[in-house]
Amino acid sequence: MLPLVGFLINGLARNVLPKSLVGAIGSGVVLAAFLLSCGVFSSVYAARQAGETATFIQPIFQWIGAGDLRVSMSFLVDPLSAIMLLIVTGIGFLIHVYSIGYMKHDAGFAKFFAFLNLFIFFMLLLVLGSNYVVMFIGWEGVGLCSYLLIGFWFTNTAYAGAAKKAFVMNRIGDLGFLIAVFLIFATFGTLEFSQIFPQAAGMMTGDATLLLITLLLFIAATGKSAQIPLFTWLPDAMAGPTPVSALIHAATMVTAGIYMIARSNILFTLSPITLQIVAAIGLCTALLAAAIAITQNDIKKVLAYSTVSQLGYMFLGLGVGAFTGAFFHVITHAFFKGLLFLGAGSVIHAMSNEQDMRNMGGLRKQLPITYLTMLMGTIAIAGIPPLSGFFSKDEILAHAFATNKLLWILGFIGALFTAFYMFRMLFLTFFGKFRGSAEQANHVHESPVTMTIPLIVLAVLSVIGGLLNVPAALGGGHALAEFLSPVFADSAARSEAFHLAHSTEYLLMGISAIGAIVMAVVAYRKYVSNAAVPTADEAPRGVLSRLSYHKFYVDELYDRLIVRPLNGLSVFFYRFTDKGGIDGLVNGLDKTIGETGKGLRLLQSGNVGFYIFMMVIAAVALLAYGFFNL
Amino acid sequence: MVFLTFNYGEIIAYMDNLFILLLLPVLGALALVFVQHEKAAKQLALIVSLVSLGLTVSLLTRFVPDASMQFVQRFDWIPSLGIHFHLGVDGISLPLVLLTNVLVPLIILSAFSHSYKSNFYALVLFMQAGLLLVFTALDAFVFYVGWEIALIPIYFICALWGGEDRIRINLKFFIYTFFGSLLMLTAIIYLHLQTPANDYELTSFYQLGLESGVQRWVFWAFFIAFAIKMPIFPFHTWQPDTYTNAPTAGTMLLSGIMLKMGVYGLIRWLIPIAPLGFAAYGQLALVLCIIGVVYASIIAFKQRDAKRLIAYSSIAHVGLIGAGVFAWNIQGVQGAIIQMVNHGISVVGLFFVLDIVERRVGSRDITLMGGIAKPAPALAIAFLVIVMGAVGLPLTNGFIGEFLLLMGIYEYGLWYAVFGGLTLIFGAVYLLRLYQKVMLGEVNEQTAGFVDITRTEWLVLAAVVVLVVGIGVYPKPLLNLSEAAVTNLINGIGQTANR
Repeated sequence: MLPLVGFLINGLARNVLPKSLVGAIGSGVVLAAFLLSCGVFSSVYAARQAGETATFIQPIFQWIGAGDLRVSMSFLVDPLSAIMLLIVTGIGFLIHVYSIGYMKHDAGFAKFFAFLNLFIFFMLLLVLGSNYVVMFIGWEGVGLCSYLLIGFWFTNTAYAGAAKKAFVMNRIGDLGFLIAVFLIFATFGTLEFSQIFPQAAGMMTGDATLLLITLLLFIAATGKSAQIPLFTWLPDAMAGPTPVSALIHAATMVTAGIYMIARSNILFTLSPITLQIVAAIGLCTALLAAAIAITQNDIKKVLAYSTVSQLGYMFLGLGVGAFTGAFFHVITHAFFKGLLFLGAGSVIHAMSNEQDMRNMGGLRKQLPITYLTMLMGTIAIAGIPPLSGFFSKDEILAHAFATNKLLWILGFIGALFTAFYMFRMLFLTFFGKFRGSAEQANHVHESPVTMTIPLIVLAVLSVIGGLLNVPAALGGGHALAEFLSPVFADSAARSEAFHLAHSTEYLLMGISAIGAIVMAVVAYRKYVSNAAVPTADEAPRGVLSRLSYHKFYVDELYDRLIVRPLNGLSVFFYRFTDKGGIDGLVNGLDKTIGETGKGLRLLQSGNVGFYIFMMVIAAVALLAYGFFNL
Repeated sequence: MVFLTFNYGEIIAYMDNLFILLLLPVLGALALVFVQHEKAAKQLALIVSLVSLGLTVSLLTRFVPDASMQFVQRFDWIPSLGIHFHLGVDGISLPLVLLTNVLVPLIILSAFSHSYKSNFYALVLFMQAGLLLVFTALDAFVFYVGWEIALIPIYFICALWGGEDRIRINLKFFIYTFFGSLLMLTAIIYLHLQTPANDYELTSFYQLGLESGVQRWVFWAFFIAFAIKMPIFPFHTWQPDTYTNAPTAGTMLLSGIMLKMGVYGLIRWLIPIAPLGFAAYGQLALVLCIIGVVYASIIAFKQRDAKRLIAYSSIAHVGLIGAGVFAWNIQGVQGAIIQMVNHGISVVGLFFVLDIVERRVGSRDITLMGGIAKPAPALAIAFLVIVMGAVGLPLTNGFIGEFLLLMGIYEYGLWYAVFGGLTLIFGAVYLLRLYQKVMLGEVNEQTAGFVDITRTEWLVLAAVVVLVVGIGVYPKPLLNLSEAAVTNLINGIGQTANR
C-alpha cells in the first residue's frame, strides 16, 4: 500500500496543467499519503498497545545482485518510521497548501510542485527503507531535490552557486555513508537493518569496526544535517523559496541525519567514543551557530543559523544517549521551525520580498495572524514552558546534565542565546516603527487563507506538541518514549539507565525556563524600549561582533584552504603535468618520427569513398580467401 | 518461385547468428559508398543500424544466462597459419554487443543535424563491424583484425570532419594507439608460437600456463595496448585533444564504445592469459587507475572547453572501471561491465547535449554561456538527468555501476575505495559546474536566441534518458546477463593463480 503512494506521487511529479489544478493535485497526493500514513500509524499504535514490537517489513523486488551481495528494494515500518511518516507527510501537506498562496505569481508554479512532490517521494524512501542502500537512495534523492529547489530561481547566479555548494558538501558526507555501507556489508554480510542490529547487539562495547562504521555514518550525518565542519551550505540554502526552507531545510530533510543515527542506535551505543564525538560536535555547532544568529539581519539567515543550532542540540541529545529526547526534539522542531519559516515567508511576502529586518518593524498590526503564530513559535523555540520546545530541549539538557555537568552548562548558555536571538528577531520585525519604504508600506497586507491556515495549525502543534512526552517529574507518562521503546530496546539494555532525582530535574527546568524569560526581557528592553536597530553593514564593530557578523569567516577559511588550492592544482596539472610533462615526453618521441608523419599526411587528401571501398573490399577478400581455401 | 514460399520465421532464424550481425554493417557500408543522395544515405544507415539492433535483441531473447559461450561459429580462415574465424558471445561480451548496437543508431540519428555525406555513415557502419568483431572474437588473430579495423574508420572520421588542428592531433592519436597495437601483436604471435596446436584460439591461450617471467612481459604488452585505448593514466594524453577535436559523432564512437575495447580486453584477454603477471603487477595497474580518477577529475575542475571537460571526466570514470577490473572480484568486474554500458549511454548523451549547444551558440567555451534552461526547458531536463546519471545519483544507471565498482575496490583495500570514491565528490563539482555555467544564470547575447530541441534531437535524448533511469531503477536483467560468466571467470583464474 505504501509503495503505491510513493509511486503515485512520483507519477504525478511532472504535469503541465493549470495552476489551480497543479496546486490541488500536488497537495492532494501528499494529503493522500498523509491519510495513509495515519492508517499505518494507527495500526502500528494498535500493535504497540497490544504489547508487540510493531515492526513490519514489505519487500518489493530485488534491486542489485552481484556475488553474495543482494540488495532488495524493501520497506520497513516500525514506531520510529511511523512517526517520521506523519511528520513528513503532515507538515509536507501543510507546506504544499501554503505554497499555493506563496508561489501564486511565480512562472515556475507547476515545476515547483513537481519538485516538492519528488522530494516527498525521496523522503519517504529514506524513512521507509529497510536497509542502508534504500535509505541511501532517499538520502541522495532528497539531496537532488534540495539542489533543484535551492536553485529554483536559477537565473540568479548566486542562487545556482548555493545549490551547487549544498550538493557538493552533502556529497562529502555521502562518501562517508557509502564506505560505511561497504564496511557494514563486510562485517555483517548483509545490509538489512533487521539482520544487522541483532548481530550488533551481541558485539562488545568499543568494538573497533563499529567505531569506524559509526564515525563514517556520523560524517554522513554532518553533511545532511549541517553540523561542523559541513554546516556552511545550510545558511546559503536559504536562496530557495521560503516554503522550501521550511520543509526541506528545517522540518524534514536536515533531520535525516538524526533519524539515521536513531535508527542505528545500537551501533552507536556500542561505540562510546563516537557518542562523545557526536555530543561534542553537536554542542559546538549549537553554540557556534547560535553565536552567529545573534548578529544576522536577514530574517531567513537568523532562522537558518537557528536551525543549525537546534540540530546541534539534537546531536547533543544523541551523543548523551537521549535517543528519544533527540527524536522528540526533531518532532517539536519540525512544528515550531516549520512555523517560523512559514511566518517569515508570510512577512517576506507582505513586504514585497524584503528580507532585511532593519527595513521592517511594527508589522504586528498589519499582520496579526502572522504575528501571533510567530510569537507562539518563538516562545516554543526559546524553551519557555509549557510550549513544546521546553519539554524536548529540557529532556536533552537533563540527559546532558546526567552525563556531564559541563555539557549542561554550555547547552544552557546556547539556550540563552537562542532565546535572545529569537526575541530579537520577533521584536525587530513586529515591534517599533515601520522602517521600510513608502511603497512597501502601502503594499503590506496579511497573507491569503492558504498561507495563514498552515500557520495556525503549526502554531497549535507548537503549543501542545510537548504533551507527547511529558516527563515523569511533571506527572506525565513519557508516552513517546514508551511508544518508541522497541526501537531503542537493545541500546537501553546496553547502557546505564538514565537517572536523575525529581528535585534536580525541577531545578534544571526552573533555571532554563527563567533564563529564557530573562533573555526575552533583555531583548525587549534593547529592541523595543530603547528601539535599537542593528547598524549598517559597514559600521565599525567590536572583535566578537565582527566575528559573529561575518560567520566566523568559516566560508573564507574553506575557500583558502580547500577550494583555491584545488583549483590551483587543477591548472597546474593541466598546464604543467599533463601538457608539459607527460605529453611533452610523448611529443618528443613524436618528433623523431615526424618525417614519417609528413609522408602520411600526403596520403590523406584522396577520395574517402575510395578508401572505404578499398578497405571493405580488402576485408571481404581476406575473409573470402579463407572460405574458398577450404 | 522458391523465393515466395520462404517462411519468414525461418529467414529470421537463419539470420540469427553472429556472422550475419557482423556482415550487415559491412554490407551497409559498402552500399552507402554508392549512394550519393544525402537523405537516402541517412535513412539507409539508420535502417541498417536498426536492423542490427533488432537482430541483437533477438539474440538476447534466446541467450541463456549461464557461463557458456553461445551462438558459436567457427570456420577455418587461413588454415596454414592456424587462424580460425571463431565467434561467440557469453555474458561478458553480450552486454557490449548490445551497447554497440544500441548506441550506433543513436549516434547516426544524432549526426542528422549535420550535413554529412554518405561516406560518413559508411565509416560509422564499418567501424561498428570492427567493434563487434572485437567483442565477439574467440580467436586472437580475429580479435586483432577487429581491433585494427575499428581504428581505421575512426581515424578518417576524425581526420576529415575534425576541428582545426585535426591533422597533427590525429597523427598523434594514430601513432599512439598503433604503438600499443604492435606491442599486443607481438605478444599474440609469441603466444601463438607457444600453443601446442599452433593456433590463435582464446582457449588455447588460457591453457598455456606460461612461467611467471614470461607472463610478466605478456602482461605489459597487453596492458599498454589496452591502457592506451581506455585510456589509463599516464597513457592518456592523446585523448583530450582527440575527443575535443573529433566531430561529435566521432567522439561518441571513441568514448561511448571504442574505449570499452580496452576494458573488455583486460577482462577477456589480459588477466586470464597472464594471471601470474596480473598477480605481480595488478596492484600497480589498479593504483594507476585510481590516480587517473583523482588526477583527471582535478583537471576537469577548471576546464572552459565543455568537450575537453567531459573528455577528462571520461578518463576519471574509466579509471574507476579499470580499478574495478583489477580488484578482480565479482562486485568489481560486474560493476565494470554494467558501468561500461552506463558510461557509454551517459557519455553519448553528454556529448550530444554539448553538440546541440555548440551548434546553437557557436562556441564550446562554458564561460560564455548561461541561462539556456530558460529558452530550452526540455533540453535542460534531459541534460540534468544525464548529468545526474554521470554523477551517480541513486535510481540512475551511474549509481549501480559506481556502487558495485567501489564495493569491489573496497574489498581490495579500504584506501583505494576512499580515493576512488572521491569521484563522487569531484564528479559533482565539475559536472554541476558545467551544468550551472551552461544552463543556469542569466541569458546573455550568446544564448538569447537559443531554440529548444528539434524532434530528432528529442528522440535521441529521450532514448538516453529512458536508458539512464530504466537501468537505474531495474538493473537486474543486465546484471543477470553477466553474473554467471563473471563468477566462472573469476573462480577459474583464482584457481590458476593459486596453482
